Amino acid sequence: MRFITVIAAKEIRTYFSSPMAYVVSAAFLAITGFFFVASVSDAFAEASIRGYLAGAVFFMIFMSPALTMRLIAEEQKLGTLELLLTSPLREFEIVVGKFLAAFVMILLMIVLSLYFVIVLFVYGDPDIGPLLSGLLGLALYAGATLAVGLFASSLSSNQIVGLVVGSGILTALTIIDFVSARLTGLVSQILDGFQLGASFSVFDLDSFGVAEGGHFADFAKGVISVTDIAYYLSLTAVFLLLTVLVLEARRWR
Amino acid sequence: MIKIEHMSKSYGPYPAVIDISFEVLKGEIVGFLGPNGAGKTTTMRVVTGFTPPTSGDVTVSGYDVVSHSLDVRRHIGYLPETVPLYVDMTVTDYLRYMGEIRGMNRNWVKERLPKVIDMVRLGEYRNTLVGRLSKGYRQRTGIAQAILHEPDVLVMDEPTIGIDPIQVVETRELISDLGQEHTMLLSSHILPEVSAICKRVLVINDGRIVADDQPEALSAKLQHAERIEISVRGAEAPAFINAIRGLSVVIDARSDQRVSVVQRAAREKFAPFIVDARPNVQAAEKIARTVIDNGWGLTNLTPLPMTLEEIFLELTTEEDLGE
Ligand SMILES: Nc1ncnc2c1ncn2[C@@H]1O[C@H](COP(=O)(O)OP(=O)(O)OP(=O)(O)O)[C@@H](O)[C@H]1O
Ligand SMILES: [Mg+2]
Repeated sequence: MRFITVIAAKEIRTYFSSPMAYVVSAAFLAITGFFFVASVSDAFAEASIRGYLAGAVFFMIFMSPALTMRLIAEEQKLGTLELLLTSPLREFEIVVGKFLAAFVMILLMIVLSLYFVIVLFVYGDPDIGPLLSGLLGLALYAGATLAVGLFASSLSSNQIVGLVVGSGILTALTIIDFVSARLTGLVSQILDGFQLGASFSVFDLDSFGVAEGGHFADFAKGVISVTDIAYYLSLTAVFLLLTVLVLEARRWR
Repeated sequence: MIKIEHMSKSYGPYPAVIDISFEVLKGEIVGFLGPNGAGKTTTMRVVTGFTPPTSGDVTVSGYDVVSHSLDVRRHIGYLPETVPLYVDMTVTDYLRYMGEIRGMNRNWVKERLPKVIDMVRLGEYRNTLVGRLSKGYRQRTGIAQAILHEPDVLVMDEPTIGIDPIQVVETRELISDLGQEHTMLLSSHILPEVSAICKRVLVINDGRIVADDQPEALSAKLQHAERIEISVRGAEAPAFINAIRGLSVVIDARSDQRVSVVQRAAREKFAPFIVDARPNVQAAEKIARTVIDNGWGLTNLTPLPMTLEEIFLELTTEEDLGE
């Protein structure tokens, strides 16, 4: 546990000392702000954060791998992975420490982006339920996307590969409903079950929202279901485990 | 402290180290010598728990590197070949972090850090970004992280590679000092370095250990010829060489090529020569008499030990002939 904290603390310090995290946060604020404004500027708009959530889950497909791409790839490039792997640390401590650092960063960004919740309360009368469930869902969703990004970062010493592979996996999980819609029966159902949550129809400003059949839809509506929570948590766990396995496999090369 | 028994390590089908066995006792400084691709780094990576051996047993401080990897890693300080550093941290931050992931608590790091920075003479650079350090100072930072947690065993992979001659001398001194209180395995392909620092040398070639001895003993064992450095006044080189080659005990005589042309010109009157003679036949005496009989002035006559370069060539070429 102490090693996890040590690793996480170091990575958080590195985030704050590099321009990357600031650029990414600024982009996140801008994009979520845009979607929020677009969703509430209509005369009949409801006072909700659905627009914000749609923008956030969409942008995280690219933002999360961008946040994590450095974490393991750079250790391999600098050769510092050899120091980590010859220190009395277990691989899972390295992986969990780095994951937590990225998770803390993304939670900070989410908190920063919540200034408009205040706006909602001032000018409208938002439902507390969907607001809280939406944020809980967003945190779970963020964790899952970061785990995928971290896994991608472990695959090579090239950060760009980490970014592309990470966003690629997340995109695949996002457009999986296009595929399942063209299939029938069990396969279609199974594929549907993997839908990550975001929807690429997010740019269609009339139909703000997240993928209808995806795991995020209920959170956005104010419904918290065990299936959705379990989906995001297991996605996180599986990809963290895969990352650990990749690091362990490094030893055998 | 380090015990390797019949260890082999293959990368896929390719064997990098083949059935090596050796032991490094407490307090020993052992040099690990071999050309590029001999298997030095591979062996060190097995010893430090970075990669498991394909077969054989390796223990460090009594702990098996496979079944008790974490214990091994707790007792070892390692300077990898590439000197891995986080370039965007300051020297102090980097070392503190390294200490913490080695399992040191805050107080221990706080107490130990200034001492280590002093020891490797990094004082002026303690707040410099590691990425801005010169190669020699990066090397020192690497050495500092290896000794920070007071490990029982130090493993250093080519610690002086790529640094300028002045810093090489300083780094070697530093390593020699560390050797006073550490058990150490040090690899190199710069041969005089090993003979300067180490009391014992392991020579590895093509994944096999071809010699294990003291530097001097190796030299004596392999000395098929006695080599003599000789300077004479008033002799023309060809005349001198002919006269000496005429002696039955002499195998070969030549001008000393080790000094530069300029130096040779300056020492023209005292032309330096190298003579290889048969061992144990009082060759020096006979050469001296010949010089004097010819009316030249004998200004220097010194028997030379064989250099490790030559030992190395000899060992590895013998190996080749044997195959
Ligand atoms: N990760 C790896 N995968 C495949 N082959 C490897 C790997 N590392 C080393 N080798 C091979 O194993 C052999 C031994 O390499 P090693 O790095 O141990 O040599 P070395 O003695 O350290 O050489 P050098 O003086 O160049 O550092 C070499 O032929 C090398 O090509
Ligand atoms: Mg090497």
